[in-house]
Amino acid sequence: MSASAVLLQFLNGLAGASSLFLLASGLSLIFGVTRVVNFAHGSLYMLGMYLAVFLAPRIGFWPALPVTALALAFVGAAAELVVLRRLRHAPELLQLLATFALVLLARDFALWTWGPEDMLGPRPPGLSGAFEVGNGRFPEYDAFLCLLGPSVFVALTLVLRRTRWGVLVRAATEDREMTGALGVNERWLFTGVFAVGAALAGLGGATAIPREPASLGVDLAAIADAFVVVVVGGLGSIPGAFLAALVVGEVKAFCIALGLERLVLGVEFIVMAIVLVGRPWGLLGRPPARAVPRRMDDAGFALDGRERLLASVAAALLLLAPLVASEYSMVLLTEIAVLALFAASLHLLLGPGGMVSFGHAAYFGIGAYAAGILLLKEGWPAWAALAAAPAASFAAAMIAGALCARLSDVYLAMLTLALAQIAWSIAYQWDSLTGGSNGLIGLWPKGALADVHAYYSAALALAGGAILFIWRAVGSPFGFALRASRDSQARAETVGIDVRATQWIAFSAAGLFAGLAGGLYAFSKGSISPESLDVTRSVDGLVMVLLGGVQSLLGPPVGAALLTWLQDMLAREVPYWRAAIGATVLALVLLLPQGVAGLVGRRPQ
Amino acid sequence: MRFCLYLVLTLSAASLQAQTIKLGELNSYKVFPAFLEPYKKGMELALEEINAKGGAGGHKLELVIRDDGGTPGDAVRVAEELIAREKVDLLMGTFASNVGLAVANLANQRKVVFLASEPLTDKLVWEDGNPYTFRLRPSTYMQVAMLIPEAAKLRKKRWALVYPNYEYGQSAAASFKKLLARAQPDVEFVAEQATPLNKIDAGAVTQALADAKPDAIFSALFAVDLQKFVREGNTRRLFAGRPVFNLLAGEPEYLDPLKDETPEGWWVTGYPWKEIDTPAHRRFRDAYRKRWNDYPRAGSVVGYTAVYSAAGAIAKAGGAGADRLIAALKGLQVDMPFATIAYRALDHQSTMGAYIGRLAKKDGQGTMVDWRYVDGASVQPPDAEVRALRKE
Repeated sequence: MSASAVLLQFLNGLAGASSLFLLASGLSLIFGVTRVVNFAHGSLYMLGMYLAVFLAPRIGFWPALPVTALALAFVGAAAELVVLRRLRHAPELLQLLATFALVLLARDFALWTWGPEDMLGPRPPGLSGAFEVGNGRFPEYDAFLCLLGPSVFVALTLVLRRTRWGVLVRAATEDREMTGALGVNERWLFTGVFAVGAALAGLGGATAIPREPASLGVDLAAIADAFVVVVVGGLGSIPGAFLAALVVGEVKAFCIALGLERLVLGVEFIVMAIVLVGRPWGLLGRPPARAVPRRMDDAGFALDGRERLLASVAAALLLLAPLVASEYSMVLLTEIAVLALFAASLHLLLGPGGMVSFGHAAYFGIGAYAAGILLLKEGWPAWAALAAAPAASFAAAMIAGALCARLSDVYLAMLTLALAQIAWSIAYQWDSLTGGSNGLIGLWPKGALADVHAYYSAALALAGGAILFIWRAVGSPFGFALRASRDSQARAETVGIDVRATQWIAFSAAGLFAGLAGGLYAFSKGSISPESLDVTRSVDGLVMVLLGGVQSLLGPPVGAALLTWLQDMLAREVPYWRAAIGATVLALVLLLPQGVAGLVGRRPQ
Repeated sequence: MRFCLYLVLTLSAASLQAQTIKLGELNSYKVFPAFLEPYKKGMELALEEINAKGGAGGHKLELVIRDDGGTPGDAVRVAEELIAREKVDLLMGTFASNVGLAVANLANQRKVVFLASEPLTDKLVWEDGNPYTFRLRPSTYMQVAMLIPEAAKLRKKRWALVYPNYEYGQSAAASFKKLLARAQPDVEFVAEQATPLNKIDAGAVTQALADAKPDAIFSALFAVDLQKFVREGNTRRLFAGRPVFNLLAGEPEYLDPLKDETPEGWWVTGYPWKEIDTPAHRRFRDAYRKRWNDYPRAGSVVGYTAVYSAAGAIAKAGGAGADRLIAALKGLQVDMPFATIAYRALDHQSTMGAYIGRLAKKDGQGTMVDWRYVDGASVQPPDAEVRALRKE
């Protein structure tokens, strides 16, 4: 590479970093103060893009930027007031679920309002040309972006350092409980922070439109990038987000420059994984002030008489179903059984373990691929390939668990996400083994299991047996040790529990059961592709567990059944089915914060 | 007695006549709405026309349309529902290659005919081809092969490639390299950028391509990636003095959003709907505009032709039934807006072609000039090669 090429790629990286910073700083701010992992941040960015494209021809490109930011501030404040404020005292994870529902609603709203066509913004008036730099050209607008990012950074820093509001924000970021105890009105602080964060996302989206068309898939791509930057920088740290944006932007630009562009698919997650393993709180983040011993209500972790009866009746009905059910009901029930096991395995981490995983699909997918590859390429019989699925996932989860078990809370969630995305990008690109983006087809079990009724019975027996085993484990001494480790590390260690080892075993076991579910899934579909381990499936798993109720044993399977049935039915009956699912999830979150299983089980006090 | 038998035969023939045949269509309507909404309109127009004329061989047709969720796993479930609950006589649709392959795999297992309308992957009819699966749209290989003669004519030595990093882009690049090297043995491929689908970092990619100092560029980008690449390339003058070949960029779905950024002179495959003035196309265009008050896109033609193909197969077979439909589809001729096409018995690929031409700007809108129709039958590899790929 010539010197001028290096300079140009450096500038490209800088322009990319500036955009990333605008997107990520708002997320970091919101998280720092409210501890809400705002999945909808990417949707705010997307709405900013659409709105700016819509406004630019009407009021001009430059005026459209602040107007869009202002409009998005109102959207953010409204989301906080209408939805999140009601969930202030619910478990933190429910807020995550609520923001996920907002993602689905925002996407169908954009489709309904602006139609399906991608819309590229205008060239920015006055900055439509390019500078000569070395042997190449660098767009004037990109130079503007290179300046905008640092300017916003400086402005944010001044606001946070020099204004009363900024002091309160920093205080709340450092210690939310203490800030509240000192008489600061948290409610308006939260709403204000949401408005500012959303405005930054909107500004980020609006300034992106000359370089990138507004399109419906932008939301998820943006949220993944934003997570990486926020976590690498350190949650709640604005300078950290700036530094991380710079690192990610430059790494990506130089991957492309050096002809390593295939790495781009996973490189930001590799950066994130390295940082989290080396510096568990990000580059400039600080460890949380203190770990308050938690008291979770675990009453739901033992089935009471009513739940026992309900579960037995359900099991009996499911076992007898093949005698009467139609072929399609068998297909649907097989999928529900498989996903119920997936949800139950995630629940082992989430509920008794207190470990949030954003990447549980990795183990589902690794199991599915292991089974598929052994059946197809090694000619293993289906039962042997199926037995290998949990073994492969167990091995992968042991490695991942060793890296993850030392982290806590959101950092753990993000490392699981990073590892899952790395696994995904490998599955997506290793053509000779995994079939690349197309995946593998022709994975049908032969002989007795080829019939859908027989396969259902086998899947039900395996998944049901595994779920019962997980339930037993939760109530065993190991389960109590796990719950103790979750509630207070110090106290658990005092009574002789090896916290790290306990959590590691739980993580590996959860991976094992997810792998079994993945193997069953592969053979029920006859094919397997990278979508089986991407982040959407991980999120689906979270939605199932939370919808069903995280503080109960019945919850996750019930949530799996409910979500699968909803998706199947709504996708058939409703044109805007994503929005319909989002609205349903939102309604359930607001009306039944204990999950659907809370309806039948004892209500936790 | 004989009379009774006669009566029974006529009655059953009559009931057969009245029988409605169900076409089960599944597609990723909410993931690729820009392509699939026009596609749906094309299908519905064809269905109305066919049923108004008394159906296919006397059978009324019914379309059962489902959203496949955009993932292979969900699509397989939806296809199972169409087969088992709706009892459709034929499956059709799908857009992304991985979804198309997964549904083809299911169709083979459940022994139901599947007419894959949109997916482009070569594997669908070659490496992973199966007896139950047929495909309408010209494949990746065919679209590349259409552009090769023009590319070879330029005698440019140094070529750079850019394509989305998934199966379609990879096989487009591989076919392009193979076919161009065959036509022009001294060609050199000096740079290759496989960019993440829908997430191209256009500035850095443009710069990296420029650094390789290519004489010409081949691109398989489309949709969002294409728009970003075109704007950056224009601003940074990547395309100045360099011929560019871009698959699909002439399809209205991808060309129209470019507006005044439209890069003039690019060689593309596409669909110049405004210019084609054959009687067959005029009739289609007028009917489409009258029905939908909108102009047809490439997807409209595909949806329209897919339904006519299914209807043709049913009429030829005299009803439904997988074996009869397969026999009917092999060699089936269909009159569609571009030409009369046929489904090859050899690999179940239709001979539907595409238009190749150059991009131009007219009143701030992109359009195609110097275009011509390339028959899909003329851009196929030799039969022996196809047979070897299908492992038959």
